[in-house]
Amino acid sequence: MTAAVAIAVSALRFNASWYSAIVLLVLFAVADHFRSHTTSADEVTMSVSFIVALAAVAVTGPYGGCLVAVAGGLITKDNGWVRRVFNASQYALSTLASGLAFASWGLVGHDLAGAVLWRAVAATITATLVFFVANGLLVAIVVSLTSGHSLRRIWTVNYSWMAMAYCGYGLLGLLLAVLWVDLGAVAALVLMLPLLIARNAFANYAEQRAAYDATVRALVQAVETKDYYTRGHSERVSQIAERIAREAGMREDRVEIARYAGMLHDVGKMGVPTKVLQKQGKLNVEEFDEIKLHPLRGYEMLYEIEFLHEALSGVYHHHERLDGRGYPMGLQGDEIPEFARVIMVADAFDSMTSTRSYRLAKSVDEAIAELRRCQGVQFDQRIVDCLIESVRKHGWEPTPEAFTGEQVARSASTLRPDGPGLGTAWRASSS
Amino acid sequence: MQAVPDFGAFAAPTRRGPFGTAVLVAGAAVGCVGLVETIRQGGIDRPTVAALFFAMVFVGELIRVSLPGERDTAPLGGSAAVGYSLLLFLGPGTARPTEHSAYAVIAVVAAASAAAIALQSGLRRNSRTLDVARRMLVCAAIAGIFRGSALSQRLPLAPFGWQLSRSGLPVLAMIVAVLAGGLLDVVIAALTRAERERAPILPTMRNEFFAFSGIGFSMAAIGMLIALGIAVIGMWTLPIIAVPLLVTQFSFRRYAAIRRTYRQTIRALSRVTEVGGYVEPGHSRRVTRLAVAIGREFGLREQDLLDLEYAALMHDIGQLSLAEAIPRGSTLRVAPAERRRIAAMGADVIRSTGALDRVATIVETQAHPYRRMRETMDAEVSLSARIVKAASAFDDLVTASEVAGSQAAWNALERLRMGMAYEYDPRVVEALTRVLEKNSAL
Repeated sequence: MTAAVAIAVSALRFNASWYSAIVLLVLFAVADHFRSHTTSADEVTMSVSFIVALAAVAVTGPYGGCLVAVAGGLITKDNGWVRRVFNASQYALSTLASGLAFASWGLVGHDLAGAVLWRAVAATITATLVFFVANGLLVAIVVSLTSGHSLRRIWTVNYSWMAMAYCGYGLLGLLLAVLWVDLGAVAALVLMLPLLIARNAFANYAEQRAAYDATVRALVQAVETKDYYTRGHSERVSQIAERIAREAGMREDRVEIARYAGMLHDVGKMGVPTKVLQKQGKLNVEEFDEIKLHPLRGYEMLYEIEFLHEALSGVYHHHERLDGRGYPMGLQGDEIPEFARVIMVADAFDSMTSTRSYRLAKSVDEAIAELRRCQGVQFDQRIVDCLIESVRKHGWEPTPEAFTGEQVARSASTLRPDGPGLGTAWRASSS
Repeated sequence: MQAVPDFGAFAAPTRRGPFGTAVLVAGAAVGCVGLVETIRQGGIDRPTVAALFFAMVFVGELIRVSLPGERDTAPLGGSAAVGYSLLLFLGPGTARPTEHSAYAVIAVVAAASAAAIALQSGLRRNSRTLDVARRMLVCAAIAGIFRGSALSQRLPLAPFGWQLSRSGLPVLAMIVAVLAGGLLDVVIAALTRAERERAPILPTMRNEFFAFSGIGFSMAAIGMLIALGIAVIGMWTLPIIAVPLLVTQFSFRRYAAIRRTYRQTIRALSRVTEVGGYVEPGHSRRVTRLAVAIGREFGLREQDLLDLEYAALMHDIGQLSLAEAIPRGSTLRVAPAERRRIAAMGADVIRSTGALDRVATIVETQAHPYRRMRETMDAEVSLSARIVKAASAFDDLVTASEVAGSQAAWNALERLRMGMAYEYDPRVVEALTRVLEKNSAL
């Protein structure tokens, strides 16, 4: 409603060149086409079309800017009329508001090149902030109404960090406007081209990222086909490791590494003969040594992936114990790298809550009690706390479903070194 | 059996041939001429501006981006060099155009690059002098064309001095200059790459063009923006330009990083068949190097080469589904039907990634003969599949050979030739022979 009034007023009071407005409109639509998501949460998108809107304000005045924005909003690629109309209206309102703020400094159109620079910059920043707040609030309110998330959360997740970036983009809008007065549409070409190319690289990145995730997951699953009982194990360990890392307050890039380390911690098992992996019952010393090599083999396979260099320690040492009786190095306490401690706990938790060839699954509570029992001896207490805290907050529904079939022969409860050895029994079978 | 001849030891990225050396010498020479000539002319017009651009190029050379396929670019430095080459006016207040010559541009860029090289070799980082030399030459070309035509109006490009804008900026001359520079960049990059990888020149040039186009156009546009912006609003342009520059640099860096990680991960995970004892150690890698070299002989496009590389790396992955490994992993020894079944299982694994469908098809069909009875070709078996098939068989034969060195390669080739009626495409075997000859493995 308000938007309709704004559009009507704009149409009536528009008095700049229609040619500029139309070229700017095309530009706006093109820029809007290359929008990208602000975060991995996919409700809110952002595009460089804002730069064009601001330039339109500066070149054709607030009413021209409003018209460009509303028409541009209507012809974009959004699915569904409701979305389009909403976006067009919110663009119209925020552009008009920022346009009026810009005009209040008394600079529009051809005065621009001659204006004192600091006034132009101040006007641009004011207009940018007005646009930013108006646009952000309108979008956040609607998203909050439709998704049920709180307004504050949507604002902080998607917008709070963007104010600086917006001011930078706003100045680009000013540059576009100034160059526009001097050069016409060539200015737009020169300014928007690198931004659109960069946006494109952003989008390609997101695509490659998704492909990467899917590829690693599929290949790890292929490796797991060797051992019927560990199906889905790597993926679940990866999920648990990610949750522990997050709970422990690690930075986002380290959470990522923990996730991949969890995913890949057992790839070295490929080097273990299938008949040893699938053997039911007690292993002899040679078979045992064979299995104890798997962290090393995993390390050898993965060492050339630069991005995982930190995670490698997690793969290599994920069978160490705090008391130094683990393998392959027998590291103690603080010598064990952080990622390894995370993987150890995640690995143990998932192994206990899923069925293996040599025993049935435990319940989550039993598994937690067992972890508690072994903390300080085998596991890092802080990491165990993080896991428990995470399970308490979010529960634990393993996906993909852990194997819990009843057909498992209840073979002797031998302890296996590839599954995380629990309690003291591991010493008995290794000596 | 003796040590396998490493016929794949080519394509070492550090090796430099005569052309590479020529580029290096030319870059250094141009830089020296620029410096000497600038000193002879008594310094640079407006030294503070020159110092600013020196700093930008220097920093840009330090924070370079390596694009997919080992392509070294310096977006910040490149844009700054273009901007300084095209710079004419310093804002509305200054009527006199900047009169630094092309030599001065070359001198500033050369000094900044030399300083960056010195710092990086001090830090023991690879300074990639060949790429620096290429950028030096490109910058010299842009500065020469633009400053020659725009300042003196004497060059044949003078018609392009046509003023597009009110403040008298020869925008068309700028566009011509940056396009020529970009073209030179692609040509030099393609020739050095073709020499290093022993690949045919024209397809390499096409690949380089597409690989550099995105970032190249960005750098050209930002460089123009620097010159235009400074002319219209003065030196304030530089901090404003920092936004698109950093966005560009950041997004290309991230993209290149994920591409690199993807490739390294495929390489690492493709070794599961070796770690699991299904195939001879190093088999996938040798096959991959051979297959990619053959693919280059055929002038495949960049994307197809990448698919070929992944398919070659993973062509044996279907063996993971076997409970017991085939002796020495050579699928040559199993019946054709079994070979196809293994390939199909591998293709299923690869297809389940959802991102490598083309690779899966190559892996699936590399177990098929290249032609069927009474037909000339099996259209389902792509060139890439035929390449993987021949490369894999060749490596199996050489590895299993009783004799040493080039004799083993000869014998293996002879076996492939005997299979040319149905199994191995004669064109692929011929290309394989050429690759081996080029690398003196025969």
